[in-house]
Amino acid sequence: MSEEKNKTLKEITKNKYQYGFVSKIETEKFEPGLNEKIISLISNKRKEPKWMLDYRLKAYKILQNMKVPDWANLNIKPIDLQKIIYFAAPKKNQYKSLDEVDPELLKTFNKLGISIDEQKKIAGVAIDVVVDSVSVATTFQDTLKKLGIIFCSMSEAIKNHPDLVKKYLGSVVPSNDNYFAALNAAVFTDGSFCYIPEGVKCPMELSTYFRINEAGTGQFERTLLIAQKGSYVSYLEGCTAPMRDENQLHAAVVELVALDGAEIKYSTVQNWYPGDDKGNGGVYNFVTKRGVCYKNSKISWTQIETGSAITWKYPSCVLKGENSIGEFFSVAVTNNFQQADTGTKMIHLGKNTKSTIISKGVCAGKSNGSYRGLVKISKSADNARNFSQCDSLLMGQNCGAHTFPYIESNNKSAIIEHEATTSKISDDQLFYCKQRGIPEEEAIGLIVNGYCKDVLKKLPMEFAVEAQKLLEISLEGSVG
Amino acid sequence: MLKIKNLKVNTETEISILKGLNLDVNEGEVHAIMGPNGSGKSTLASVISGDPKYVIKEGVLEFLGEDVSEMDPEERAAIGLFLSFQYPVEIPGISLNNFIKTALNQKQKSLGLEPFSAKEILARIKENANALKINLDFIKRSVNVGFSGGEKKRAEIFQMLMLNPKLSILDETDSGLDIDALKIVASGVNKLRSENNSFIIITHYQRLLDYIKPDFVHVLSDGKIIKSGGPEIAKMLEEKGYDWI
Repeated sequence: MSEEKNKTLKEITKNKYQYGFVSKIETEKFEPGLNEKIISLISNKRKEPKWMLDYRLKAYKILQNMKVPDWANLNIKPIDLQKIIYFAAPKKNQYKSLDEVDPELLKTFNKLGISIDEQKKIAGVAIDVVVDSVSVATTFQDTLKKLGIIFCSMSEAIKNHPDLVKKYLGSVVPSNDNYFAALNAAVFTDGSFCYIPEGVKCPMELSTYFRINEAGTGQFERTLLIAQKGSYVSYLEGCTAPMRDENQLHAAVVELVALDGAEIKYSTVQNWYPGDDKGNGGVYNFVTKRGVCYKNSKISWTQIETGSAITWKYPSCVLKGENSIGEFFSVAVTNNFQQADTGTKMIHLGKNTKSTIISKGVCAGKSNGSYRGLVKISKSADNARNFSQCDSLLMGQNCGAHTFPYIESNNKSAIIEHEATTSKISDDQLFYCKQRGIPEEEAIGLIVNGYCKDVLKKLPMEFAVEAQKLLEISLEGSVG
Repeated sequence: MLKIKNLKVNTETEISILKGLNLDVNEGEVHAIMGPNGSGKSTLASVISGDPKYVIKEGVLEFLGEDVSEMDPEERAAIGLFLSFQYPVEIPGISLNNFIKTALNQKQKSLGLEPFSAKEILARIKENANALKINLDFIKRSVNVGFSGGEKKRAEIFQMLMLNPKLSILDETDSGLDIDALKIVASGVNKLRSENNSFIIITHYQRLLDYIKPDFVHVLSDGKIIKSGGPEIAKMLEEKGYDWI
């Protein structure tokens, strides 16, 4: 690597995280610590019914007998659950009209580039915004209501649609699934709930925006999405956090249920604060995402992961019904000292089930990126098919890319294909671009976007451009 | 336009390639450079366009009256230098269309000009694609990925026409082309040829020069120009080989 490139590589590491501001919103928060009393307080604060409190306390009991998983290719500092604040909320929440909203909060939205007013109406995106622990605004509820679609915060769902919540909450990711799922079940404070009735094609993108604001708080949101028979929905979540010296914990659970013939597209643009160029601070992102596919249904996960100090995340599909389809498209970018261990699980149970995995890792700086995936074909899954492609792009000489693909086939009729590549941006590619007048940073952005194109094109149009820019910002100038 | 004086160039690994080369190219001139394998033709093209793989040890390299020896390749491109690569590199996932748009507007930006509108660009793309008998579907394909040898060269000439450079260097653009493709490529060059645009054409064969009439022909051998003259030199080389000199 030439001197000049070393210099540019250093320059990017100075790249500022543009969402790293803190909003001075008046918040109400609990003392740090985790115990039954805190859990009861959370439940109480949210005026939850007793069944919900019981659900939480049961999860807390499970949690006490579990350990932080250590099988991932991650170096995690011990997490002290007693030092985390489990509830923080802007003092006034759930606004009926925009006039009621705290101007500081509106400023925050503007800085984030989300306007919960006219602009988005034109774009036709319904948004639920979750700041720290609670949902502060959900737009378009009325329009959606006419179609029978429920799109609201989890707290409202518990209040207004208890039967649906009781039936599906924990049905895909049970509390005893893993340590972070148990923690989430015990202390989750809000999140989004979405229900699409039979045969309804949701006419707009549904979107949730997550923001951690308060210091020392964990964010534990819970998302539950149910697509009834023959329905369709496209859902997108985005996340940011302020710059903090200490590590903040984010442990979310997302459950998707695609009933017969339903289709769910779930896209994530994850841009939590990744920590500084010395490896201080940044969000610990431990997320459990899973969907169940019934007969003829389809779930597509698309994720663009550029943020977080640590990412531990495996959006998965349980292909229960015949002819169901699971897809996973991922771009994971790590820079500086970021670590990512991410991938998917495709569990084939039904006949003629199909899954596709396309994972693109981009590693720069001193970061480490791992793909970890499981393709499991059970005895009952006749004629199951899987195609996996795992590519890694390395930038510089101090980063690492790792691939851990697991395949378990218990049925002879299965066809499983796996392809993997590791590559670098070549000097020749860079010179070619520069000769055409494209400077180094733009050239890298262009080449990385080209490399990720198969995944980017799966994103809803409105967000594909944002995601492309995000990739360029995350990687400006890093070459090897 | 281009002034090269006593240019001595080494590779990064300190192997001497150009050993005191002199060349002057004025506005509107077409210079052909011929010479045996390993004489330094491609190195010359790379050095003029700023490839970091080569190190200038001594000499003068001026373009448009400016010393460009320390300039980044993208800056040289911005002021009007173009290289048609001998081996164009693949860029997966980026369409030729998108690539050339980016290059074009990047150039505008470097010159402090407004970007072209999508409409303007499209009109130029259509015009130049037509001139080179390029199908618009071809422009949607990823840059050089899966292109045949002929398609790659045609794509290079297409980019040249789009960027409208002052000086174009064609590094063996004719090798691997069949006669029809050769004529198309030559027509592209002739389209751009004017009293303001100059060309350096690096080739092994006389046949390209049948379609692009050079003003000067130089013979490069062991890092130096050992003979210069008119088109008749190319004919003699074709007949008698390099031993003739």
